[in-house]
Amino acid sequence: MTPRTDVPARSSLRTVSLGLILCLVSALPGGLPSALAAGQVDIYEFPSAEMEARYRALIDEFRCPKCLNTNLSGSDAPIAKDLRKTVWRLLVQEEMSDQEVRDFLQERYGDFVLYNPPFKPGTWVLWLAPVFFGLIGLTVLIRMLRKRPEVALTEADQNRVDELLGGPEEKGA
Amino acid sequence: MNRASLFVPLGIFCLIVVLGYLGFRLEDPHRLPSALLDKPFPEFNATVLGAPERRVSRDDLLGAPVLVNVWATWCPTCKAEHEELMRIDALTDLRLVGVNYKDDRAKALRWLEDFGDPYEFVLEDSDGLLGVELGVYGAPESFLLDAQGLIIYKRVGEISPRVWRDEIAPLLERLEVRSNYDTSD
Repeated sequence: MTPRTDVPARSSLRTVSLGLILCLVSALPGGLPSALAAGQVDIYEFPSAEMEARYRALIDEFRCPKCLNTNLSGSDAPIAKDLRKTVWRLLVQEEMSDQEVRDFLQERYGDFVLYNPPFKPGTWVLWLAPVFFGLIGLTVLIRMLRKRPEVALTEADQNRVDELLGGPEEKGA
Repeated sequence: MNRASLFVPLGIFCLIVVLGYLGFRLEDPHRLPSALLDKPFPEFNATVLGAPERRVSRDDLLGAPVLVNVWATWCPTCKAEHEELMRIDALTDLRLVGVNYKDDRAKALRWLEDFGDPYEFVLEDSDGLLGVELGVYGAPESFLLDAQGLIIYKRVGEISPRVWRDEIAPLLERLEVRSNYDTSD
């Protein structure tokens, strides 16, 4: 290959490895960004540690409407800040349950804010596609394993194989 | 192996392509589906820009169709949209109500002075709480309400002449709002 084609190949390798690193980072519990950002920006008073834990869990759970793939706790967007404040207000001042807070945000911002979308006609593809593709994969795998061709050799072939391999003992016997 | 079954992988491939297209097609991912569509405009209580002693609520939006426009001076797209709002105000009977979203009062008043004021009144939403009630996550956003205060249309982003012609003008006809806005060109 000429050096010219070498460059894009290398950069695509870099993209892949970058993607891998991102995947790994996002797979960390809570995600790295939330660990960095949460608690540093806003200072809210909570009547109890349990309430604060609920607040943290909720802002980790919602998706920031502006930034597509960050949760509320991990985003510096002004809207995420407002929504964190809203979650705090609903929990502490309005004394809502977690589910009521979820409903409140969903009513206003739609399913988009839920990283855990409900199972309904609009989302069944989303939920069932992995199962569907898994089943296809499983079926293909089973069929491949079952259909493995049986090695049936003619007598002449078998003799030739024996001859090439130096001949089995039975033959000599 | 059966000849027809040779096409199974192709079929699966096509299925994946279709699903991929549905999932990743190039529409703006920043456009959220409108959660409040066909729902009543939320209750609120806000002060009016330039008249701090006056308080308005949802009732002030009822009676005739109204376009509620969320704007701010920090939002460049709002500037681009402003001209169109002025035109709508001049050429139609549609009521325009502004929501000054997370903005500085002095700057907002200055803006209306400099570029014209198309609004019947402008609500102050300095902390963005009304915005949260409305599911606003940026500016500009606009809501078209019928006379009963039901949100019948929501626009995230600029109301351009094209958006007006294609999306809002047909609704005005249905709402029986008089309009001299010539959308034929």
